[in-house]
Amino acid sequence: MIVIVDYGVGNVGSILNMLRVNRTRARLSADPAEIEAADKLILPGVGNFGHGMEKLAATGLIPLLERHALEQGKPLLGICLGMQMMTQGSEESPVPGLGWIKGATHKFSIPGLRVPHMGWNAVRPVAGARLFDPAPERPERFYFVHSYCVRTDDRSAMAAGCLYGQEFVASFEVGNLFGVQFHPEKSQGFGKALLKRFAAL
Amino acid sequence: MTTLFQRVIPCLLLQDRGLVKTRRFSRPKYVGDPINAIRIFNDKLVDELILLDIVASRTGADPDFELIARVAGECFMPLCYGGGIRTLDQARRIIACGVEKLSLNSAAIDDPDLVRALSRELGASSVVAAIDVKRDWRGRQRVYHPGRRRLTGLDPVEHCKALVDAGAGEIFLNSVDRDGQFCGYDTALIEKVAAAVNVPVIACGGAADPADLRTALQCGASAAAAGSIFVFYGPHRAVLINYPDYAVRELLQT
Repeated sequence: MIVIVDYGVGNVGSILNMLRVNRTRARLSADPAEIEAADKLILPGVGNFGHGMEKLAATGLIPLLERHALEQGKPLLGICLGMQMMTQGSEESPVPGLGWIKGATHKFSIPGLRVPHMGWNAVRPVAGARLFDPAPERPERFYFVHSYCVRTDDRSAMAAGCLYGQEFVASFEVGNLFGVQFHPEKSQGFGKALLKRFAAL
Repeated sequence: MTTLFQRVIPCLLLQDRGLVKTRRFSRPKYVGDPINAIRIFNDKLVDELILLDIVASRTGADPDFELIARVAGECFMPLCYGGGIRTLDQARRIIACGVEKLSLNSAAIDDPDLVRALSRELGASSVVAAIDVKRDWRGRQRVYHPGRRRLTGLDPVEHCKALVDAGAGEIFLNSVDRDGQFCGYDTALIEKVAAAVNVPVIACGGAADPADLRTALQCGASAAAAGSIFVFYGPHRAVLINYPDYAVRELLQT
Protein backbone atom coordinates (compact mmCIF):
# COMPACT_ATOMS: atom_id res chain seq x y z
CA MET A 1 0.00 0.00 0.00
CA ILE A 2 1.27 3.45 -0.99
CA VAL A 3 0.19 6.32 1.21
CA ILE A 4 0.17 9.83 -0.20
CA VAL A 5 0.93 12.12 2.72
CA ASP A 6 -1.99 14.50 3.18
CA TYR A 7 -0.82 17.81 4.55
CA GLY A 8 -3.18 20.00 2.57
CA VAL A 9 -0.70 20.94 -0.17
CA GLY A 10 -0.46 19.53 -3.65
CA ASN A 11 -2.50 18.20 -6.44
CA VAL A 12 -3.14 14.80 -4.90
CA GLY A 13 -6.30 14.11 -6.93
CA SER A 14 -4.25 13.56 -10.10
CA ILE A 15 -1.70 11.36 -8.34
CA LEU A 16 -4.49 9.11 -7.04
CA ASN A 17 -6.06 9.04 -10.52
CA MET A 18 -2.82 7.91 -12.13
CA LEU A 19 -2.19 5.27 -9.46
CA ARG A 20 -5.74 3.99 -9.94
CA VAL A 21 -5.15 3.58 -13.68
CA ASN A 22 -1.99 1.65 -12.80
CA ARG A 23 -4.04 -0.53 -10.42
CA THR A 24 -1.70 0.42 -7.60
CA ARG A 25 -3.24 0.31 -4.14
CA ALA A 26 -2.95 3.79 -2.71
CA ARG A 27 -4.68 6.19 -0.42
CA LEU A 28 -4.41 9.73 0.78
CA SER A 29 -3.91 9.96 4.51
CA ALA A 30 -2.64 11.99 7.43
CA ASP A 31 -3.37 9.19 9.90
CA PRO A 32 -0.15 8.17 11.71
CA ALA A 33 -1.26 4.52 11.89
CA GLU A 34 -1.83 4.33 8.14
CA ILE A 35 1.46 6.07 7.41
CA GLU A 36 3.22 3.67 9.77
CA ALA A 37 1.68 0.69 7.98
CA ALA A 38 2.50 1.91 4.44
CA ASP A 39 5.27 0.19 2.47
CA LYS A 40 5.87 3.31 0.44
CA LEU A 41 5.12 6.99 0.79
CA ILE A 42 4.59 9.78 -1.69
CA LEU A 43 5.23 13.33 -0.53
CA PRO A 44 3.35 15.61 -2.94
CA GLY A 45 3.38 19.39 -3.06
CA VAL A 46 2.95 22.49 -5.14
CA GLY A 47 3.37 26.15 -4.30
CA ASN A 48 5.52 28.05 -1.89
CA PHE A 49 8.35 26.26 -0.04
CA GLY A 50 7.83 27.95 3.32
CA HIS A 51 4.07 27.45 3.18
CA GLY A 52 4.60 23.76 2.35
CA MET A 53 7.11 23.19 5.17
CA GLU A 54 4.86 24.95 7.68
CA LYS A 55 1.83 22.92 6.64
CA LEU A 56 3.83 19.69 6.86
CA ALA A 57 5.22 20.63 10.29
CA ALA A 58 1.72 21.50 11.50
CA THR A 59 0.57 17.91 10.89
CA GLY A 60 3.17 16.68 13.40
CA LEU A 61 4.05 13.88 10.94
CA ILE A 62 7.68 14.82 10.28
CA PRO A 63 9.20 12.49 12.97
CA LEU A 64 7.09 9.65 11.60
CA LEU A 65 8.21 10.36 8.04
CA GLU A 66 11.82 10.45 9.17
CA ARG A 67 11.44 7.08 10.84
CA HIS A 68 9.90 5.63 7.65
CA ALA A 69 12.43 7.20 5.32
CA LEU A 70 15.66 7.31 7.29
CA GLU A 71 15.47 4.46 9.81
CA GLN A 72 13.21 1.83 8.26
CA GLY A 73 14.53 2.51 4.77
CA LYS A 74 11.15 2.31 3.09
CA PRO A 75 10.84 3.98 -0.31
CA LEU A 76 9.65 7.56 -0.35
CA LEU A 77 9.01 9.65 -3.45
CA GLY A 78 8.85 13.44 -3.28
CA ILE A 79 7.10 15.13 -6.18
CA CYS A 80 7.83 18.74 -7.21
CA LEU A 81 7.71 20.80 -3.99
CA GLY A 82 7.76 17.49 -2.10
CA MET A 83 11.16 16.81 -3.67
CA GLN A 84 12.42 20.30 -2.92
CA MET A 85 11.38 20.00 0.74
CA MET A 86 13.63 16.93 1.08
CA THR A 87 16.65 19.20 0.45
CA GLN A 88 18.33 21.41 3.03
CA GLY A 89 16.46 24.56 2.11
CA SER A 90 15.28 26.88 -0.61
CA GLU A 91 15.98 30.41 -1.80
CA GLU A 92 12.20 30.81 -1.79
CA SER A 93 11.95 30.86 1.99
CA PRO A 94 14.02 31.15 5.18
CA VAL A 95 12.26 28.06 6.59
CA PRO A 96 14.73 25.14 6.49
CA GLY A 97 13.96 21.99 4.52
CA LEU A 98 13.84 18.41 5.81
CA GLY A 99 17.53 18.05 5.04
CA TRP A 100 17.36 14.41 3.98
CA ILE A 101 19.25 15.10 0.76
CA LYS A 102 22.52 17.00 0.42
CA GLY A 103 21.50 19.77 -1.89
CA ALA A 104 19.52 22.94 -1.96
CA THR A 105 16.73 24.53 -3.94
CA HIS A 106 17.61 27.57 -6.03
CA LYS A 107 15.72 30.06 -8.15
CA PHE A 108 16.19 29.96 -11.92
CA SER A 109 18.06 33.20 -12.34
CA ILE A 110 19.45 33.32 -15.83
CA PRO A 111 18.73 36.58 -17.65
CA GLY A 112 16.26 36.15 -20.50
CA LEU A 113 15.07 32.75 -19.29
CA ARG A 114 11.31 32.55 -18.88
CA VAL A 115 10.27 31.48 -15.40
CA PRO A 116 8.43 29.26 -14.44
CA HIS A 117 10.06 26.47 -16.40
CA MET A 118 6.80 25.14 -17.73
CA GLY A 119 6.09 22.37 -20.18
CA TRP A 120 7.49 19.10 -21.47
CA ASN A 121 11.21 18.60 -21.23
CA ALA A 122 13.47 15.66 -21.93
CA VAL A 123 15.41 14.20 -19.03
CA ARG A 124 18.72 12.37 -19.07
CA PRO A 125 18.71 9.54 -16.54
CA VAL A 126 22.00 8.16 -15.26
CA ALA A 127 22.69 4.47 -15.73
CA GLY A 128 20.97 2.39 -13.09
CA ALA A 129 18.42 5.04 -12.04
CA ARG A 130 15.60 2.80 -10.85
CA LEU A 131 12.64 5.04 -11.67
CA PHE A 132 13.56 5.47 -15.33
CA ASP A 133 13.33 3.28 -18.38
CA PRO A 134 16.74 1.62 -18.88
CA ALA A 135 16.22 1.38 -22.65
CA PRO A 136 13.58 3.87 -23.82
CA GLU A 137 12.39 3.81 -27.42
CA ARG A 138 12.46 7.59 -27.47
CA PRO A 139 13.85 9.97 -24.85
CA GLU A 140 11.61 10.17 -21.79
CA ARG A 141 9.79 13.49 -21.53
CA PHE A 142 7.98 14.80 -18.48
CA TYR A 143 5.83 17.76 -17.57
CA PHE A 144 7.57 20.40 -15.45
CA VAL A 145 6.07 23.43 -13.72
CA HIS A 146 8.45 25.15 -11.32
CA SER A 147 10.34 28.37 -10.63
CA TYR A 148 12.91 26.82 -8.29
CA CYS A 149 15.16 23.84 -8.92
CA VAL A 150 17.36 21.51 -6.95
CA ARG A 151 21.12 21.51 -7.34
CA THR A 152 23.57 19.26 -5.58
CA ASP A 153 27.32 18.81 -5.44
CA ASP A 154 26.78 15.14 -4.71
CA ARG A 155 26.86 13.64 -8.21
CA SER A 156 25.94 10.24 -6.83
CA ALA A 157 22.54 11.61 -5.76
CA MET A 158 21.63 12.60 -9.31
CA ALA A 159 19.22 10.15 -10.97
CA ALA A 160 18.32 12.32 -13.96
CA GLY A 161 19.32 15.73 -15.18
CA CYS A 162 17.38 18.23 -17.22
CA LEU A 163 18.42 21.26 -19.20
CA TYR A 164 16.76 24.64 -18.81
CA GLY A 165 19.26 27.45 -19.06
CA GLN A 166 21.56 25.19 -17.09
CA GLU A 167 21.47 21.63 -15.88
CA PHE A 168 19.42 20.95 -12.75
CA VAL A 169 18.32 17.84 -10.86
CA ALA A 170 15.18 16.46 -12.52
CA SER A 171 15.32 13.47 -10.19
CA PHE A 172 17.45 12.27 -7.32
CA GLU A 173 17.86 8.84 -5.82
CA VAL A 174 19.70 8.23 -2.56
CA GLY A 175 19.06 4.72 -1.32
CA ASN A 176 15.34 4.52 -0.65
CA LEU A 177 14.77 8.25 -1.12
CA PHE A 178 13.52 9.45 -4.49
CA GLY A 179 12.56 12.86 -5.76
CA VAL A 180 11.19 14.07 -9.06
CA GLN A 181 10.89 17.72 -9.99
CA PHE A 182 8.39 17.01 -12.77
CA HIS A 183 4.84 15.76 -12.39
CA PRO A 184 4.67 12.05 -13.28
CA GLU A 185 0.91 12.13 -12.63
CA LYS A 186 0.58 14.59 -15.52
CA SER A 187 3.16 13.10 -17.85
CA GLN A 188 0.98 10.69 -19.79
CA GLY A 189 2.55 7.31 -20.51
CA PHE A 190 6.05 8.28 -19.33
CA GLY A 191 4.72 9.30 -15.94
CA LYS A 192 2.48 6.28 -15.70
CA ALA A 193 5.45 3.98 -16.30
CA LEU A 194 7.57 5.83 -13.74
CA LEU A 195 4.93 5.49 -11.02
CA LYS A 196 4.59 1.83 -11.93
CA ARG A 197 8.34 1.36 -11.38
CA PHE A 198 8.12 3.11 -8.01
CA ALA A 199 5.22 0.90 -6.98
CA ALA A 200 7.21 -2.19 -8.00
CA LEU A 201 10.34 -1.33 -5.96
CA MET B 1 20.04 26.39 -23.97
CA THR B 2 17.18 24.08 -23.32
CA THR B 3 15.43 20.99 -24.51
CA LEU B 4 12.05 22.37 -23.46
CA PHE B 5 9.31 21.48 -25.90
CA GLN B 6 6.96 24.25 -27.00
CA ARG B 7 3.41 23.15 -26.31
CA VAL B 8 0.38 22.77 -28.57
CA ILE B 9 -2.78 23.20 -26.51
CA PRO B 10 -6.42 22.60 -27.42
CA CYS B 11 -8.62 25.24 -25.82
CA LEU B 12 -12.08 23.84 -25.11
CA LEU B 13 -15.12 25.97 -24.32
CA LEU B 14 -17.77 24.81 -21.92
CA GLN B 15 -21.38 25.93 -22.03
CA ASP B 16 -24.22 24.17 -20.19
CA ARG B 17 -22.08 21.05 -19.66
CA GLY B 18 -21.40 20.68 -23.38
CA LEU B 19 -18.42 21.73 -25.46
CA VAL B 20 -19.00 24.54 -27.93
CA LYS B 21 -16.90 26.51 -30.37
CA THR B 22 -17.51 30.18 -30.98
CA ARG B 23 -16.75 32.70 -33.68
CA ARG B 24 -15.60 36.08 -32.40
CA PHE B 25 -16.92 35.04 -28.99
CA SER B 26 -20.46 34.50 -30.27
CA ARG B 27 -22.50 31.96 -32.23
CA PRO B 28 -21.53 28.97 -30.06
CA LYS B 29 -21.78 25.70 -31.97
CA TYR B 30 -22.13 22.45 -30.03
CA VAL B 31 -19.18 20.16 -30.68
CA GLY B 32 -19.69 17.35 -28.19
CA ASP B 33 -19.52 15.94 -24.73
CA PRO B 34 -16.52 17.14 -22.69
CA ILE B 35 -15.60 13.78 -21.15
CA ASN B 36 -15.72 12.05 -24.51
CA ALA B 37 -13.57 14.76 -26.11
CA ILE B 38 -11.02 14.61 -23.31
CA ARG B 39 -10.69 10.85 -23.63
CA ILE B 40 -9.89 11.30 -27.30
CA PHE B 41 -7.32 13.99 -26.53
CA ASN B 42 -5.82 11.66 -23.91
CA ASP B 43 -5.41 8.95 -26.53
CA LYS B 44 -3.72 11.48 -28.78
CA LEU B 45 -1.21 12.28 -26.01
CA VAL B 46 -2.04 15.96 -25.99
CA ASP B 47 0.57 18.26 -24.36
CA GLU B 48 -1.94 20.09 -22.16
CA LEU B 49 -5.59 21.16 -22.14
CA ILE B 50 -7.38 24.40 -21.37
CA LEU B 51 -11.04 24.25 -20.40
CA LEU B 52 -12.95 27.52 -20.18
CA ASP B 53 -16.51 27.88 -18.95
CA ILE B 54 -17.79 30.75 -21.08
CA VAL B 55 -21.02 31.24 -19.12
CA ALA B 56 -20.03 31.25 -15.44
CA SER B 57 -18.46 34.72 -15.32
CA ARG B 58 -21.36 36.25 -17.20
CA THR B 59 -24.07 34.81 -14.98
CA GLY B 60 -22.11 34.87 -11.73
CA ALA B 61 -22.60 31.12 -11.36
CA ASP B 62 -20.13 28.97 -9.41
CA PRO B 63 -17.75 26.83 -11.43
CA ASP B 64 -19.28 23.40 -12.05
CA PHE B 65 -17.10 21.56 -9.50
CA GLU B 66 -18.62 18.16 -10.16
CA LEU B 67 -17.92 18.35 -13.90
CA ILE B 68 -14.44 19.77 -13.30
CA ALA B 69 -13.62 16.83 -11.03
CA ARG B 70 -14.84 14.35 -13.66
CA VAL B 71 -12.80 16.07 -16.37
CA ALA B 72 -9.68 16.20 -14.18
CA GLY B 73 -10.09 12.50 -13.41
CA GLU B 74 -9.70 11.79 -17.13
CA CYS B 75 -6.75 14.10 -17.72
CA PHE B 76 -3.33 12.49 -17.55
CA MET B 77 -1.88 15.70 -18.86
CA PRO B 78 -1.89 19.18 -17.30
CA LEU B 79 -5.26 20.84 -17.18
CA CYS B 80 -6.04 24.52 -16.87
CA TYR B 81 -9.54 25.57 -15.88
CA GLY B 82 -11.07 29.03 -16.22
CA GLY B 83 -14.51 30.53 -15.79
CA GLY B 84 -16.36 31.94 -12.80
CA ILE B 85 -13.45 31.90 -10.32
CA ARG B 86 -13.92 34.84 -7.96
CA THR B 87 -12.73 33.62 -4.56
CA LEU B 88 -9.78 31.85 -2.99
CA ASP B 89 -12.12 29.21 -1.67
CA GLN B 90 -13.42 28.35 -5.15
CA ALA B 91 -9.81 28.18 -6.34
CA ARG B 92 -8.88 25.71 -3.59
CA ARG B 93 -11.83 23.50 -4.47
CA ILE B 94 -10.86 23.40 -8.13
CA ILE B 95 -7.23 22.53 -7.32
CA ALA B 96 -8.53 19.79 -5.02
CA CYS B 97 -10.42 18.35 -8.01
CA GLY B 98 -7.04 17.60 -9.63
CA VAL B 99 -6.60 20.71 -11.79
CA GLU B 100 -3.06 22.17 -12.08
CA LYS B 101 -3.76 25.67 -13.23
CA LEU B 102 -6.45 28.24 -12.78
CA SER B 103 -7.13 30.87 -15.36
CA LEU B 104 -8.42 34.25 -14.22
CA ASN B 105 -9.82 36.72 -16.69
CA SER B 106 -12.81 38.86 -15.64
CA ALA B 107 -11.89 38.49 -11.97
CA ALA B 108 -8.31 39.61 -12.67
CA ILE B 109 -9.62 42.80 -14.28
CA ASP B 110 -12.02 43.50 -11.41
CA ASP B 111 -9.73 42.45 -8.57
CA PRO B 112 -5.99 42.05 -9.27
CA ASP B 113 -5.56 41.25 -5.56
CA LEU B 114 -7.20 37.90 -6.23
CA VAL B 115 -4.29 37.06 -8.56
CA ARG B 116 -1.91 38.06 -5.78
CA ALA B 117 -3.70 35.93 -3.17
CA LEU B 118 -3.91 32.86 -5.42
CA SER B 119 -0.29 33.17 -6.45
CA ARG B 120 0.85 33.42 -2.85
CA GLU B 121 -1.04 30.34 -1.78
CA LEU B 122 -0.92 28.10 -4.86
CA GLY B 123 2.34 29.29 -6.39
CA ALA B 124 2.71 31.48 -9.47
CA SER B 125 2.87 28.50 -11.81
CA SER B 126 -0.72 27.56 -10.97
CA VAL B 127 -2.07 31.00 -11.82
CA VAL B 128 -2.72 31.87 -15.45
CA ALA B 129 -3.79 35.38 -16.35
CA ALA B 130 -6.10 35.18 -19.36
CA ILE B 131 -6.50 38.25 -21.50
CA ASP B 132 -8.96 38.70 -24.35
CA VAL B 133 -8.00 41.45 -26.75
CA LYS B 134 -10.36 43.27 -29.11
CA ARG B 135 -10.14 46.38 -31.25
CA ASP B 136 -12.28 49.36 -30.24
CA TRP B 137 -14.13 51.58 -32.74
CA ARG B 138 -10.96 53.60 -33.27
CA GLY B 139 -8.99 50.45 -34.07
CA ARG B 140 -7.00 50.45 -30.83
CA GLN B 141 -6.45 47.11 -29.14
CA ARG B 142 -8.00 46.98 -25.71
CA VAL B 143 -8.65 44.35 -23.04
CA TYR B 144 -12.12 42.84 -23.37
CA HIS B 145 -14.08 41.97 -20.21
CA PRO B 146 -15.74 38.63 -20.94
CA GLY B 147 -17.97 38.70 -17.86
CA ARG B 148 -19.51 42.04 -18.77
CA ARG B 149 -19.09 41.37 -22.49
CA ARG B 150 -17.61 44.75 -23.21
CA LEU B 151 -14.32 46.49 -23.80
CA THR B 152 -12.35 48.08 -21.02
CA GLY B 153 -9.97 50.99 -21.55
CA LEU B 154 -6.99 48.82 -20.56
CA ASP B 155 -3.98 48.48 -22.81
CA PRO B 156 -3.25 44.73 -23.32
CA VAL B 157 0.52 44.91 -22.84
CA GLU B 158 0.26 47.06 -19.70
CA HIS B 159 -2.47 44.80 -18.34
CA CYS B 160 -0.31 41.69 -18.90
CA LYS B 161 2.63 43.34 -17.14
CA ALA B 162 0.46 44.32 -14.18
CA LEU B 163 -0.89 40.79 -13.79
CA VAL B 164 2.58 39.26 -13.95
CA ASP B 165 3.66 41.75 -11.27
CA ALA B 166 0.66 40.62 -9.23
CA GLY B 167 1.92 37.03 -9.41
CA ALA B 168 0.56 35.38 -12.56
CA GLY B 169 2.93 32.65 -13.74
CA GLU B 170 1.66 32.46 -17.29
CA ILE B 171 -0.28 34.59 -19.78
CA PHE B 172 -3.07 33.22 -21.96
CA LEU B 173 -3.40 35.74 -24.74
CA ASN B 174 -6.52 35.45 -26.86
CA SER B 175 -7.91 37.56 -29.69
CA VAL B 176 -11.66 38.16 -29.82
CA ASP B 177 -11.50 39.45 -33.39
CA ARG B 178 -9.72 36.32 -34.63
CA ASP B 179 -11.65 33.72 -32.63
CA GLY B 180 -12.91 30.99 -34.98
CA GLN B 181 -11.88 33.01 -38.05
CA PHE B 182 -9.02 30.79 -39.37
CA CYS B 183 -7.10 33.95 -40.27
CA GLY B 184 -3.86 33.31 -38.38
CA TYR B 185 -2.61 34.59 -35.03
CA ASP B 186 -2.15 38.24 -34.14
CA THR B 187 1.61 37.96 -34.46
CA ALA B 188 2.36 41.61 -33.65
CA LEU B 189 0.48 41.37 -30.36
CA ILE B 190 2.17 38.06 -29.42
CA GLU B 191 5.58 39.60 -30.05
CA LYS B 192 4.78 42.66 -27.96
CA VAL B 193 3.46 40.69 -25.00
CA ALA B 194 6.18 38.02 -25.13
CA ALA B 195 8.82 40.75 -25.10
CA ALA B 196 7.15 42.59 -22.22
CA VAL B 197 6.86 39.72 -19.74
CA ASN B 198 9.25 37.07 -18.46
CA VAL B 199 6.65 34.33 -17.95
CA PRO B 200 5.47 31.87 -20.62
CA VAL B 201 2.87 33.21 -23.04
CA ILE B 202 0.18 30.95 -24.54
CA ALA B 203 -1.08 32.43 -27.80
CA CYS B 204 -4.63 31.77 -28.94
CA GLY B 205 -7.05 32.96 -31.58
CA GLY B 206 -7.04 32.54 -35.33
CA ALA B 207 -5.02 29.39 -36.04
CA ALA B 208 -5.95 27.72 -39.32
CA ASP B 209 -3.24 25.07 -39.62
CA PRO B 210 0.01 23.75 -38.11
CA ALA B 211 2.00 26.43 -39.94
CA ASP B 212 0.12 29.05 -37.90
CA LEU B 213 1.01 27.24 -34.68
CA ARG B 214 4.65 27.41 -35.66
CA THR B 215 4.36 31.11 -36.47
CA ALA B 216 3.00 31.84 -33.00
CA LEU B 217 5.92 29.95 -31.44
CA GLN B 218 8.38 31.83 -33.62
CA CYS B 219 6.90 35.10 -32.36
CA GLY B 220 7.92 34.24 -28.82
CA ALA B 221 4.95 32.26 -27.54
CA SER B 222 5.87 29.32 -25.31
CA ALA B 223 2.71 27.51 -26.36
CA ALA B 224 0.27 27.72 -29.24
CA ALA B 225 -3.36 27.17 -28.31
CA ALA B 226 -6.30 26.82 -30.65
CA GLY B 227 -9.93 25.82 -30.63
CA SER B 228 -11.44 25.37 -34.07
CA ILE B 229 -8.62 23.44 -35.72
CA PHE B 230 -8.77 20.75 -33.03
CA VAL B 231 -12.54 20.26 -33.13
CA PHE B 232 -13.46 20.89 -36.76
CA TYR B 233 -12.43 19.26 -39.99
CA GLY B 234 -12.81 20.55 -43.55
CA PRO B 235 -14.42 23.65 -45.04
CA HIS B 236 -17.87 22.85 -43.67
CA ARG B 237 -16.63 22.64 -40.11
CA ALA B 238 -17.66 19.07 -39.54
CA VAL B 239 -17.01 18.17 -35.92
CA LEU B 240 -13.94 15.95 -35.60
CA ILE B 241 -11.64 15.91 -32.58
CA ASN B 242 -8.09 15.89 -33.88
CA TYR B 243 -4.56 16.78 -32.77
CA PRO B 244 -1.17 16.74 -34.50
CA ASP B 245 0.91 13.71 -33.58
CA TYR B 246 4.31 13.76 -31.96
CA ALA B 247 6.30 13.90 -35.19
CA VAL B 248 4.32 16.87 -36.49
CA ARG B 249 4.64 18.71 -33.19
CA GLU B 250 8.37 18.12 -33.25
CA LEU B 251 8.54 19.90 -36.60
CA LEU B 252 6.79 22.93 -35.09
CA GLN B 253 9.60 23.54 -32.60
CA THR B 254 11.59 26.70 -33.28
